[in-house]
Amino acid sequence: MAKEVNSDYWDKDRVKAEEPKEYNTLNVGPTHPATHGVFQNVMLMDGEYIVSTEQTIGYIHRAFEKIAERRPFYQITPLTDRLNYCSAPLNNMGWHMTVEKLLGIETPKRVDYLRIVIMELARIADHVICNSVIGVDSGALTGFTYMFQDREFIYEIYEEICGSRLTTNMGRIGGFERNFSPKAWEKIKYFLEFFPAKLKEFETLLMRNRIFMDRTINVGAFPLDRALAYGFTGPNLRACGLDYDVRVMNPYCSYEEFEFTIPVGQNGDTYDRFMVRQAEMKQSLSIIQQALDKLDALEDKETYYACDPRFVLPPKEKVYNNMEALIWHFKIVMGETDIPVGEVYHCIEGANGELGFYLISDGGRTASRLHFRRPGFIYYQAYPEMVQGTMLSDAILTMSSMNVIAGELDA
Amino acid sequence: MFEIIPEKDQLTVAKLTSSFANSIDHHELMKDMLCITVKKESIGDILLFLRDDRELQFNFLTTLCGMHYPEKDQLGVVYHLHSFVNNHRIRLKTSTPISDPTIPSATSIWPTANWMERETYDFFGIQFVGHPNLTRILNVDDMVDFPLRKEFPLEDQTRDDKDDSQFGR
Repeated sequence: MAKEVNSDYWDKDRVKAEEPKEYNTLNVGPTHPATHGVFQNVMLMDGEYIVSTEQTIGYIHRAFEKIAERRPFYQITPLTDRLNYCSAPLNNMGWHMTVEKLLGIETPKRVDYLRIVIMELARIADHVICNSVIGVDSGALTGFTYMFQDREFIYEIYEEICGSRLTTNMGRIGGFERNFSPKAWEKIKYFLEFFPAKLKEFETLLMRNRIFMDRTINVGAFPLDRALAYGFTGPNLRACGLDYDVRVMNPYCSYEEFEFTIPVGQNGDTYDRFMVRQAEMKQSLSIIQQALDKLDALEDKETYYACDPRFVLPPKEKVYNNMEALIWHFKIVMGETDIPVGEVYHCIEGANGELGFYLISDGGRTASRLHFRRPGFIYYQAYPEMVQGTMLSDAILTMSSMNVIAGELDA
Repeated sequence: MFEIIPEKDQLTVAKLTSSFANSIDHHELMKDMLCITVKKESIGDILLFLRDDRELQFNFLTTLCGMHYPEKDQLGVVYHLHSFVNNHRIRLKTSTPISDPTIPSATSIWPTANWMERETYDFFGIQFVGHPNLTRILNVDDMVDFPLRKEFPLEDQTRDDKDDSQFGR
């Protein structure tokens, strides 16, 4: 009864609230400390809530597809390095495998296993960054500072193998530029020893942390059918509950010989994406261990490149001391070898989704057309739909959990 | 290499030719993937058919990219489709004369085609009919050219009219 008596008063108040709202336009980015890269979002805000978002991308566009039309196949890796720079070796290996598919080069088993070691290390490095950044954006800076030491260690392993750290330019068509050094093996083995405990430590910090769970569960959730329609791949798709993994669906690089499971989530929210990446890192560790065991079982301890002199650059010692190697080196560098005409599509399971290379060769020394399927570019377009109606702070968290890398987005 | 399964390829081709006999120009196996060339007028219907057919179920648009064939004065679009159920990938190609660069949009079939088509428009100038917001995406808005077309060569590395000392070389 009391409610009825007071209804006039309350109604007036409600009418006041329903007057045409004044929305604010908020410009987030292009350089913003919370977006970890060059992203611009023009958001229409109703107070703290997002009404709609419009993305502007292309701030660091570097015309990779055009540049690639001028470069010989062995000079493309500096471009692929700069796509998803958090896991540069993965992109490089994917590119080498694409070229090998076009040229019909069979790589030795040892090369495949070496590549798997590197690719899984790169995957761990990428997931470490993404997951610790989710922590940062939800207010836990500590995990980030700890986990970056481990990423640093992975970069030291890269350094032992190829000499550089972030944009690695690692590998060659047909294999590697040199064998792994004893120091590199030592570091890889040491990494396998200490990293599980560090990962556990990181998990205890965040996984069952009440604040972290409240910030991430049901935040940025995306249903599976929409995720498929928007071309999601990688951990983001698996968090929605579909076990699509290129390593299992279309095995490459001898992945069919390895035992591992595909972690999947259920709700496709930020917490699931975090958990899927966490579980994938453990799977990656197991794959590296298996690869090391397989390498130990191989009699061959020396082969690190495929024996196809027409396309595989010979090692430098041979070039300086062996006439045939010098001739082949000259022919490859001067573009005198016959490249088959044809087109191939090859894809690998990148750290944030299916990384594809569509390469068309017209027989010249450069690609006639090269298209990169960049997973980040494809799934970032779902962002406005994901954050509509959520709060700004949740939108920031959603973006970091999607693992959109600006270099990959803008090519 | 993707696994080549001739039965799946044959089924796809048979289904397409029975439904769109006049629109299929050509099909062949390129390396490890079935490649079908179709006429642009029916590309929308074909994509919809491939997505919704109960047996084929090409539910996933992997990529969409533009092409320029200067010798034929044509622009083209290449679609890579993936059927998760059958684990089967195919490539669809369609082309249009450069004087009339229009191709039906796939955005109503897969929302993910939105940015892919914008990118293709941005670099090749292909007009996707039915696209909700066909504007430039990676290049600046006031650009007038379409840079991935072959008439724009990259700078010749051997040119000698540059003063290297100004570039620190």
